[in-house]
Amino acid sequence: MNKVFFVTKRELGSYFNSVVAYVVVILFLVITGSIFWLSYFDEVSVLSMRGFFNQAPLFLAFFAPAITMGLFATEKRSGTLELLMTMPISNFQIVMGKFFAAMILLAVVFAMTLPYPYTLSMLGALDWGAVFAGYAGLMLLGATYTAIGLMASSWTRDQVVAILTAFAICMFLYLIDQLVGQPTGTAAYIAEYASTSYHFRSIARGVIEARNVVYYLSVIGVCLVVTTLSIGARRW
Amino acid sequence: MDDKQQNTEESIVVDGLRKSYGDVDALRGIDFGVRSGEIVGFLGPNGAGKTTTMKILTGFMAATDGHARVAGFDVHRQSDQVRKKIGYLPENVPLYDEMLVYDYLRFIAEVQEVKRAHRDERIDAVAELTGIDAVMGRTISELSKGYRQRVGLAQAIIHEPEVIILDEPTTGLDPNQIVEIRDVITTIGQEKTIIFSTHIMQEVTAVCDRIIIIDDGELVADGTLDELEEKALEATPGVMVSFEGGDEEDLRNYLEGLGAVTGVVDVSGRQKTHKFRLLSDDISELRKAIIDGESRTPRGLLSLRAAEPTLEEIFRLYTAKNDDEQVDEEVDGEEEISAEAVDCQPVEKPEEVAGE
Repeated sequence: MNKVFFVTKRELGSYFNSVVAYVVVILFLVITGSIFWLSYFDEVSVLSMRGFFNQAPLFLAFFAPAITMGLFATEKRSGTLELLMTMPISNFQIVMGKFFAAMILLAVVFAMTLPYPYTLSMLGALDWGAVFAGYAGLMLLGATYTAIGLMASSWTRDQVVAILTAFAICMFLYLIDQLVGQPTGTAAYIAEYASTSYHFRSIARGVIEARNVVYYLSVIGVCLVVTTLSIGARRW
Repeated sequence: MDDKQQNTEESIVVDGLRKSYGDVDALRGIDFGVRSGEIVGFLGPNGAGKTTTMKILTGFMAATDGHARVAGFDVHRQSDQVRKKIGYLPENVPLYDEMLVYDYLRFIAEVQEVKRAHRDERIDAVAELTGIDAVMGRTISELSKGYRQRVGLAQAIIHEPEVIILDEPTTGLDPNQIVEIRDVITTIGQEKTIIFSTHIMQEVTAVCDRIIIIDDGELVADGTLDELEEKALEATPGVMVSFEGGDEEDLRNYLEGLGAVTGVVDVSGRQKTHKFRLLSDDISELRKAIIDGESRTPRGLLSLRAAEPTLEEIFRLYTAKNDDEQVDEEVDGEEEISAEAVDCQPVEKPEEVAGE
């Protein structure tokens, strides 16, 4: 378990030593900040974070892959992963270490948006339960996209391929329920259940249901296992 | 019980190792052993299978067939134990460019299970040994190639491994740096088993107890430098003669006309002296013929001595079987480059998986 921590610590150090992390953090804050600001004036009569939580998942589909794109791709390209894999550390420990590092970075970014609900709460009675649920949903969604991004990064030596692949998968999962139109029947139900945004919407309403959590955790689990197998195949 | 015995005697045992990348056979069944405490030079032309062998020894890559044991453990089935016993420096010295040298060594010490109380002590020790004290606070991307190589060596020995595997540790360095790295290897080698690959013959004479030469995926020679020299001498017996002045063409014709001579190789480079390597099956007859000839008509014989095989000749002797094969070998050489490209490129590109 210690080794997961060592990898996480190293990756976090690298994030804050590189420009990418800062660019991603600033862009995310600027974009979500302006959306929050705009929706704030849109519905002055309603005190809620709805506008922010409605839009954030879309941007996460891009920002999470941007955070994860280099995690394996650059290490494969430079050969550091090969060296690491001859040391006494398991593939799964490497994957989890990197996953946690990306999650911590995301958590820091989300924490930086906390002034939005705080500002709102000063204007009246804000439903903190819904806000809390929204952030929990964001973390779950962020973890899912991070796991997908990590998986895509483990497939290639090229960061650009990694981010595009991850973005494609994230967007597909985000849009799949809207692609089927008015849902009827089993197929539509499956499409809805496979959609990240469907589950996020239901959490953001303030109700954290087991089926939503189970969905996110299973996608995360599958992606992390595939990532571990993928680097174990040593094809690069 | 058998394992224990091997552990004390043989640090590395390689038994019938084969590796194929698709249709390309990188290793065609090699066997060798390295005793504990030995420094072994692993030689071969580019693409001979050196890197592949090393990747298998580190457990990074699985062999197609055959077995390898490092420090008494099977590299494939007991990879976890093997990983704790080895230090490895891959060919292109992969390092985390954005990290400070100190932070990097600390990370490696952590992953390599160096006890917390000893970490600083070990970091200081390897820094001193490899001569990187002065750059501990620098970012790795700022380092010169020589320093990178030293940092790579430092990470390979920080956990005091039993077996150290170095893949071309001196490639791309200038002569001074090469000497420095060799000194470091010699120092480490006083206590550890080291196997390092190179395609530069001089490298091995400076530091190695033993030489293993592989070519085209097969082991072609295994022994001490003296043993290999002797074999080379037996294979191409001859004498070196040099003459002062005279017409080169005349001298050559004269030498070819001598009784015991089977071949004349011109090795002269300097002005006014002509140096030849004479091949012969009967050295004493040849010597007699030359000295007799000199007393009859002086040609300015400067020296006459047994031809010691040069390192290059030993290398060529083992890696290029005879003259007829040399044309083939050059064609092979190109194939071998592509075989080495397979070495570092994925056979099946992962991007294709991503695209599905």
